[in-house]
Formats: sequence, structure tokens, C-alpha cells
Amino acid sequence: MDIRTTGGPPTAEEIAAVDGLLGDPASLWEGGTRRPEDDHVGFGGAAARSRRPLLLPVLHAIQDRVGWVSRGGLEYACRRLSIPPAEAYGVVSFYGRFALDERPPLVLHVCDDIACKCAGADALCEALEKTAGPAGKTWHRSPCLGLCDRAPAALVERAGAAHDERQVAPLTIDVAQDILRGSDWPQAEVPALPDRPRKLLRRIGVVDPESIDSYREHGGYAALRRAIELGPEGVIRQVTEAKLLGRGGAAFPTGRKWDSVSKAPVRPHYIVCNADESEPGTFKDRELMERDPFAVIEGMTIAAFATGCEKGYLYVRGEYPLARRRIENAIDQARARGFLDCDIEVRRGAGAYICGEETALFNSIEGKRGEPRNKPPFPVQAGLFGKPTLVNNVETLVNVLDIVVEGGAAFAATGTPDSTGTRLFCLSGHVREPGLYEVPMGTTLRALIDLAGGLRDGHSLQAVLLGGAAGSFVTERQLDVPLSFEGTRAIGATLGSGAVIVLDDSADVKQILLRIARFFRDESCGQCVPCRVGTVRQEEVLHRLLSDRNGEARDSDMSLLSDIAQAMRDASICGLGQTAANAIASGLTQLKVING
Amino acid sequence: MAERVFVGLPKRLVKVSIDGQEMDVLEGATILDACRQLRIDTPTLCQLETLTPVNVCRVCVVEVEGSRVLVPACSRTVEAGMKIQTDSERVRHSRRLVLELLASSVDMSLCSPQVHGWMRRYGATPERFGENVATVAQPVKIDNDLYVRDYSRCILCYKCVEACGADAQNTFAIGVAGRGFDAHIATEFTAPLPESACVYCGNCIGVCPTGALMFKSEYDMRQAGTWDESQQTVTETVCPYCGVGCMLELHVQDNSIVKVTSPLDHSVTEGHLCVKGRFGFEFVQRRRG
Repeated sequence: MDIRTTGGPPTAEEIAAVDGLLGDPASLWEGGTRRPEDDHVGFGGAAARSRRPLLLPVLHAIQDRVGWVSRGGLEYACRRLSIPPAEAYGVVSFYGRFALDERPPLVLHVCDDIACKCAGADALCEALEKTAGPAGKTWHRSPCLGLCDRAPAALVERAGAAHDERQVAPLTIDVAQDILRGSDWPQAEVPALPDRPRKLLRRIGVVDPESIDSYREHGGYAALRRAIELGPEGVIRQVTEAKLLGRGGAAFPTGRKWDSVSKAPVRPHYIVCNADESEPGTFKDRELMERDPFAVIEGMTIAAFATGCEKGYLYVRGEYPLARRRIENAIDQARARGFLDCDIEVRRGAGAYICGEETALFNSIEGKRGEPRNKPPFPVQAGLFGKPTLVNNVETLVNVLDIVVEGGAAFAATGTPDSTGTRLFCLSGHVREPGLYEVPMGTTLRALIDLAGGLRDGHSLQAVLLGGAAGSFVTERQLDVPLSFEGTRAIGATLGSGAVIVLDDSADVKQILLRIARFFRDESCGQCVPCRVGTVRQEEVLHRLLSDRNGEARDSDMSLLSDIAQAMRDASICGLGQTAANAIASGLTQLKVING
Repeated sequence: MAERVFVGLPKRLVKVSIDGQEMDVLEGATILDACRQLRIDTPTLCQLETLTPVNVCRVCVVEVEGSRVLVPACSRTVEAGMKIQTDSERVRHSRRLVLELLASSVDMSLCSPQVHGWMRRYGATPERFGENVATVAQPVKIDNDLYVRDYSRCILCYKCVEACGADAQNTFAIGVAGRGFDAHIATEFTAPLPESACVYCGNCIGVCPTGALMFKSEYDMRQAGTWDESQQTVTETVCPYCGVGCMLELHVQDNSIVKVTSPLDHSVTEGHLCVKGRFGFEFVQRRRG
């Protein structure tokens, strides 16, 4: 295709940003200046089109350097990568973190999602509105930033040649104002994990997350050595015997997935580590990546070895700058030592919850809009670049280490017969000690909340949001539910991503339900009708229902909501639409939020 | 000696059951193909024989035994032993809701009578979401002499993007931009068409199911109240410009060509034309005097 650009020339900064990543253009055809030979020799076709997966990294480079993506900058990226500008515009406008309008180099993203709401994020935003003007210029409201244990949270971005991005939590109005004035911002404090028996988390706070030697001193790479002794089939047998279920939310048997990929006849095989943890209230993968990154890479290496993968990608959430740096460092060190089975490339998300859906994540790596694909075909048959792909969550991969070392049967001895091992739970909201807790599967919700110090004095429990925005509400009388896949299923709930947001009687549940509705409206990719329009109608009807003082239209609005919910559940392409009504439906039926 | 042609492996027949009726379908066929074989009227909006299925509108969903969610008939291929329900309560519910959600947010008045028939069949009442609901209403985009874009009629079926892209024209002048309810069809930075890569083949108009994309001539006549399909004749001819042999259908009203299309099932065009065949008819109606 011919690329027509009409948006004017890129700035020197934009060119520097793009060329800094891609190197200087080799010819006129790749965005360079015209040389005599360019009149006779062109560059295009499959070779040019194969650069499409570089689109997101290039867009990040521009945004990091300039703070936003101008038309000239985008078109320069298009010429360098042979991408039609209309398609690239579709991609850049899809991701929430890319700015298409000029904005100041320093931007503050303030989380106003559920856990931060419980910690006063709304008051913080109101104060910011008064001092720094309305959201949308120097500061923005953001969905969950995955710092719920230190709420309220924020993320600061400073564009420029010395680009910097940092998490700030807890955020106070004074700190926010200091940041916006450009003074140095404080590093987020790293809380110590509670002193209790830990398995998956045993190295956290103990090991130096930036040193492979420290990791090895603490038992690192014993699992890879054992895996090589066992051989690929032996590893898959152990993982299957361990009855490990995926920890990302869908709880698919990991062994079965690995077996399918290893047997897939088409080559190459890809491995993708899904670190796009965006479920509100979830921060377990961030903690693992920030504080034990080598374990994630070792787990990925074992998985790649067992399933015969030729190339790996780790797709990390754009809002996790520290995790990204630590993971990149871990890969570099492992590569230098020859500890990688296949090379692993880190890809950075750009603000799209939907990219946590595995097929949307593939599209994002491929440089496209993060729209989920219809299944079948499943990733194990045709995933990334249409090839067999193993996708595993961060926590799942870290579990593999113990399985390989101690054996599948020993691993399965912990937990319940159907949900083996331990599980990471992210406690946030109104508990005394929010944080990451590791307990054997089957521990009751009550015991988990007690571990976190219980509720504040003088407050009683209103509800627990289990599994984040895609999860559901659990009430006081269901607190003895065993936290296992089958136990939560029995009461119509889900473990989901391991988010446990505790709400006491001071929480405004109406506002939380509306926040969840807004979340899905904002995060729907817009591809399929049930979700694109359904999430909007759901929010509208919910607004009406919750502000309806005398309950006149209550019954019709309730039935409207359940009609929308059923269509979203039945007819949406992916899990986002299919679960977008869960929390709201459970909140309306379980909690007293409706008047009259 | 004649050149050898590889015709592919012989296809087997697959046994499936649709609404209790057992039938044999060629493997590789979609559920929609099978439904049409049985003359089961299945609603579709984003599906077109000449384009890659995108399965986004979800109005064709059917229930397949053993599947947790409904599946899109337009893209799901048949598998041996599949038990399919095309008129179950769940199917009717989702089809109704999809039509309601669309019609409550988009102006669907220019959709084909068939679409309005499906709305009646499934009892769609888009008004029930209430007044003051979000819609995609916006001003019509008129930035060139050949066609107009009225995105308040756009159901985001992706057909125009596919026709502009790899399925037909390979021009890639438009794409889907934005996200969620704000997702929309756009050129880069929503630049006017003359500043974009558009080559005015009009193939996007050819595939648009809702009248969001329209000949300027048709738009002007509709605005003037003179557009009258009952007064139009269709004359089939072959495009006079080059040697490809594209078949044209000239839509004529009051002895003037008002629109040009090509049949979807034509072996040369598959419904697609170029700017000359689609819009270069002015010389025919240059009248002397």
C-alpha cells in the first residue's frame, strides 16, 4: 500500500524518539531523505509489513519523549513502519494512556477506583480540582493503578529525554501539589510483608530483586535445573499432577494447556506471560514482578522449555514502571548468564484493561487495537501471530517453580482436592492491614480478613467485593465460604484475580456500583454490540435506579438491567462483556442500595 | 500438456442438527451456511459473503449444545455432531437485545426492510431504555462531491473498513478509532476525505448496510425529497473504461443515473468498483442544447 501523509512534518524531538528506537531510516521508503538509488529500488511488501508489532513501542517512545502523539509524529512512525496512518490512528486512539492532544510534560494520574475511593480518593480529586483545575490537563482520573494496599494511589509521568514514571502511594493533596509544581516526588514506600508462613512469597523482602546472584543464593534456578532433569514431558506431567489451575481469573488447568501447546504441530510456538494485571483491586503480579522478578522469568523459562517455545513475550501493564524495569533487568541478567531457554521480549501496555484478555493481548503485541478475537480457535492452536501460544499469568508461572522442585503430588497436598496449592489474595479497602496475603486454597474468607487485622474498631462489615470489578459481592453471612475455585462457585461468586476489597459500613456502595458501571463503560473495547452499547445502557439505567427516590420505575429498571446483563453474558465476544454485569447484579440483589 | 491445478483435498460431509433437523453440511462451512441451506432466516448485520467475518454485531448468535455462551453463526464453522438451536429463548433474547441496543443508539431508519422485519420478529422496542440515552448522533460529514458520511447511522459493522482494506481495495484510508461507545470509523486524526488516502472507489458505500455512507447524488435527492426508489429502473451494463469487464448496475430515475452498484455475486467485481466505474457517469448525461 502507498502511505499518504498530509499532517505536516514531525518535530526534531519526535524524529529523535522514533529513530532512537528504530535506528536511522535506511531509505526514502522508510521515512528517510531521498537518495538517488531510491528512484530505482523500493522497500515494501512483507518485509515492511512485518514491522507492525513495533508500533506500540514506537508510540511509547514518542509519548515518553514529547508527552503526547502529534499527527506529524504519528505519520513519521507510520512511514518508518509502513503502516497506513488511519490504522495507526485507530491504534493510538484505542489506548487510554496515549494522548492525542498537546499536554504538559508532567502529568499526574490519580486513581479513583474502588479501593482508593475507600481511602478518600474522591475528596482528594475534589481538592485537586480546586487547586489544579479540572481533570484532563495536568492531572487525570485513572482506573485502578494496582497500588490498592497503599491507597490512595497515583502515577506520575514526566516526558522528556530523561523520561521518568513513578508510582506514588499513598497520595496526599500536599504531595500532589508538590508533584504538579515540579518538585521532586517521594518514592513510594515499600511495605514489609506481614511476618507469617509464606511459600510463593518466601523470597519477597528477602531477596535483592535486582541481582541474579542474590536470587540464586535464595534457591533460585534450582527449579530450572530440576526441570531439565525431568525433561519437557516430565515437567508437564508434574504440572498436570499438581492440578494447578490458572491464577489469572479463568482457572483453566495449566497442565492441559501446556500439553496442548507442546503437541501443536505448527511452528514456531510462542510463550506469553500475561502481566497486564488491571482488575481493580489486584496487585499480586505487581508485587511478584517488583520484588521477585527472577522467579517470574525462571517460571517462564521452564514453561518455554516444557512446551518447546521459540520466542517469549512478557506483556506488562503500562502503569507498572518499576515492575517493568525490574523484569527487564532480570531478563538481561538471565540472558547474560545463558539462563533463558528462548529469548523474552518485554512489551508495555498503554492503558487498556481489555488487553488482559489473552487474544486482545496478542493483538496488542502485534501492533493492533486490543480487540479480543472470537474463540475458537484457541491460543493453543492459533494465538500470537496465528501460531500456537502458551499464555500464563505471572502467579501461575511462579507456582510452577515449587511444583517442579517438590513434585506435583506434594504440591497438590496443600489446598483442597480440586483447588491445589496456595493462593495470593490482595486485601484492600477497610481492613486494618491491607496487603498481599498467601493462604492455602480453601481458607475461609473470614480467616483471611482476620489475618489482615479485621475491620476498624466500631465498624461492621457491609460487603466484600471478591474478584474485582468482574467479580461479585459477598456479604457477612457468606464469610465462611472457603476460598477455593469450587467453594466460591457454590455461592455464585468467583476467586477471579484474587482481589478482596473489604467494605465496612462507612462505604458508599451506591457510588461503588456506579464506579464499576463506569469502569466497564470506559474499558469496553467497543467491538461487539452487546458490550459496547450494553455497558452504556447499564450505567444509564443504574444511575436512574439509584437516584430514583420513590422507586416508581424500580421494577422495570431492574428487569431492564437483567435483560441487558443476560445479553452481555450470552452474546459478548469476550470475558469483559460476559462479566460486566456480575458485580452490579450481585450488588443490587445482595446489598441494600435501592430506595423504597 | 495442460497445467496441473491443485483443487484441494476432497471435503467431507459433517453431520449436524439444527433445531432438531439432522443434516449434512460440507466441512468448513459456517453455521450460517448450514442455516441458509435449511432456509432458516438468520439475521445478520456485519456479515457479507465477500468480506472476512468479523462477528461483531452478534445478531446472528445461535445456541450450541455444550457451549457456555452463544456463538456467532457467521464465523463459527460446523463440527461433527454439533447440536444447534436457532430459535431458543436465549437466542431470541440476545437477538432482540442486540437490535434494541443498536436501534436505541443509532438511526437505523434507512436499513433494509429485512432488518425492520427482524426487529418486528424479535419484538425489539428500543424506546424502553428511556429518554435522554446516549446515541451516536452527530452532523453529517460532507467534504467532497462524491459521497457523504452520516455516522449517526453507523452501527460499526466494520464492513467499510474491510472493503477499504485488505478484503478489497487495499487503500486503508479509514479505520476504527477510539474505544468503547466512542469507537468510530475515521481517517487519521479524522481528517476530511480529500486530505486522506481515500481514492473514492466508493466500495465502502457498496457494503454499508445502514445508509451511513451514501452517494452525494442520493443524499441530495433525499434532502430535496425527490429520491423515489419505486420510480427507479436498474440497467445492467459493462463498465466502458478499461478492459477488466466490471459489471455495472445503473440506477436511473427521471432518465438520470443516480447511483451505480455492482452485483455482489459477480465473478469479476464481487460488488467492488473503482472511482471511474462508480462515479464516472456524468458524461452519459451531458445533454446537448
